[in-house]
Amino acid sequence: MRVTQGCFSFLPDLTDEQISKQVQYALGKGWAVNLEFTDDPHPRNTFWEMWGLPMFDLRDAAGVLMELNECRKVYGDRYIRLSAFDSSHGWESVRLSFIVNRPKVEPGFRLERQETDGRNLRYTTKSYAVDRPEGSRYGGA
Amino acid sequence: MSGEPTSAVAAGSAEAASAERIDLRQEFEAVGIGEVLDQLDRELIGLRPVKTRIREIASLLLIERLRKRMNLAHEVPTLHMSFTGNPGTGKTTVALRMADILYRLGFVRRGHVVSVTRDELVGQYIGHTAPKTKEVLKKAMGGVLFIDEAYYLYRPDNERDYGQEAIEILLQVMENQRDDLVVILAGYGDRMEKFFASNPGFRSRIAHHIDFPDYSDSELLQIAELMLTEQNYKFDAEARAAFERYIAMRKTQPLFANARSIRNALDRIRLRQANRLVADLDRVLTADDIMTLEASDVLASRVFSNGKSA
Repeated sequence: MRVTQGCFSFLPDLTDEQISKQVQYALGKGWAVNLEFTDDPHPRNTFWEMWGLPMFDLRDAAGVLMELNECRKVYGDRYIRLSAFDSSHGWESVRLSFIVNRPKVEPGFRLERQETDGRNLRYTTKSYAVDRPEGSRYGGA
Repeated sequence: MSGEPTSAVAAGSAEAASAERIDLRQEFEAVGIGEVLDQLDRELIGLRPVKTRIREIASLLLIERLRKRMNLAHEVPTLHMSFTGNPGTGKTTVALRMADILYRLGFVRRGHVVSVTRDELVGQYIGHTAPKTKEVLKKAMGGVLFIDEAYYLYRPDNERDYGQEAIEILLQVMENQRDDLVVILAGYGDRMEKFFASNPGFRSRIAHHIDFPDYSDSELLQIAELMLTEQNYKFDAEARAAFERYIAMRKTQPLFANARSIRNALDRIRLRQANRLVADLDRVLTADDIMTLEASDVLASRVFSNGKSA
């Protein structure tokens, strides 16, 4: 099951050229671009790990692409997302975020039912991938 | 460049392209490098060989651009440069202009200059250097990375020096991302020579070695007058004569840094002029008085007194 999080996630995966155009747009707006990766695809997982520090003061997307390719070399089997942070007053938050790398196979989520008081049911989703320990979830690191 | 082999594909498309005629003048004017080159001629005194070389590079790049349009070029030319010359000969200034030229011709995408020295590239401890160098490289992407006093990167006396690591990362990016970044190394001639000798990888990756000559006395005087005009000052006739003598004497003293020394000398002369004017508070000043530097302002310099005693 294809994970759809962030911008463009219902489109086919962006090519590097398309990514670099998006990055250039973000840089043009003065946003700092940051790379994060994870192997826990749950939509409520907000703790993605950072690939280095957010990149401030860049002028050209080539620098971000260089880091992205480095990150893919190490964590190519995980989800990598790119986020652009707007530090200007009043915003101070992420303005754009999209997935730039995903595992080859995405096993998807199962629905879990928990029987509680009476005949009530609680529902939760769990990724099949997280059944395995961190680091070996998508064919191993 | 003329000896470059053209592939069969290129030759095929050349026939198609040759039908298209190109107006070189129009092309030259559209790009607007003429303006930059003229500005270079106007604002930089002397430096004849440097200007000639830059004109050559600009022409080459213009032609390369046309070739690309006609599908005749198949590779991005190597644009990394090294500027060698004594202190104060205008290396940084020319690097800024170079970035502008490269930008107008479309060989760098943004045209900004990131100017660094060893401090910004080399780390303090193990594992600190690579992120630091990469950080700088990322910032310089799409523009020009100007490394001043590049020879400090390499310290032959300390084999565990982290400079070597920075050099390796630099070389790799210079080779693999030639279309993203132009690196200009600058430094004093003899030490750069040693640096290249011990890092042959650098020499071979740099296409243009440009040597900046020292300024002659008359050029230095012209520079001084240009600087003064920019700041709305002027020499009177005696002050000019005194400054000519000043230049001749200052040149023989140690730590002479060409145009930079001139700038500093002018700053001190302005200081003395201000002091002289303030000393006489009852006087009514005209604009001319405030603009004019007198011989006494120049002659009070330490250079003259030292010159006599030495």
